[in-house]
Amino acid sequence: MSLGDSSTPLGKVRGLGAARSGGGHWMEERISSVALVLLSVWLLASLLMLPALDQQTLHEWLRSPLGAVPMALFVILSFIHGLEGLKVVVDDYVHDDGNRVACHIILLFAAIGGAAFALFALARIAFGAAA
Amino acid sequence: MPPSASRNPSRPLSPHLTIWRWGPHMLVSILHRVTGGALTVAGMALLCWWLIAIAAGPEAYATFAKVATSPLGLLVLIGLSWAFFQHSFSGLRHLVMDIGAGFELKANKTMAIATIVGSLIATTALWVYLLGVAR
Repeated sequence: MSLGDSSTPLGKVRGLGAARSGGGHWMEERISSVALVLLSVWLLASLLMLPALDQQTLHEWLRSPLGAVPMALFVILSFIHGLEGLKVVVDDYVHDDGNRVACHIILLFAAIGGAAFALFALARIAFGAAA
Repeated sequence: MPPSASRNPSRPLSPHLTIWRWGPHMLVSILHRVTGGALTVAGMALLCWWLIAIAAGPEAYATFAKVATSPLGLLVLIGLSWAFFQHSFSGLRHLVMDIGAGFELKANKTMAIATIVGSLIATTALWVYLLGVAR
């Protein structure tokens, strides 16, 4: 939105790009990627350091705060980052505005549904009976 | 292929998909998108199944483990782990480029090749280790 003659050149063009919006989306994609780098290293290291990969060991690991919390963050950020990524793919290949918005809504529902499902599983592990 | 043999090869090609000469940066670029899509769709579906199987108990987990360690399951897991490494290394390359570095032709190409070599090495190392431990 232009703020009149007193605004800087950058201020005048802000929000007026071809994509109408997107700076925030772009940053969100980068920031979630940085978080996922850290969480992925944690996940990979944790899996490799577990004594075994059977159900009991994994259940015990994901019951502990240091298993459950990073895994919940990994799930949430993965779905956010995946959603942002697939939205860009849709923007590139779906040119009709109506179809584009419909695809975005489907992706949003799928991402929230998937995240809710995974977090439910984690909650059941963390707050359910010990295996 | 250019229609004329007298074309000056130092001139840029017109931006048409079919006549681009493929380079490592193009391959890494499209791989980033393909692996990202695969990780989001197949990777997250598998992660959900894995977590709910752990939550449901040993029997449900045995079903998951049986499918995951079948030849097809292993192929999918190895493929997804490669997609993970390729997307991660390529993503790190993008973060470097996002701060404005690595756009020199040679550095850019070297980084692109490094992501491919790195992901293949990491995938091989992971599965040599995993299958070695299981045995």
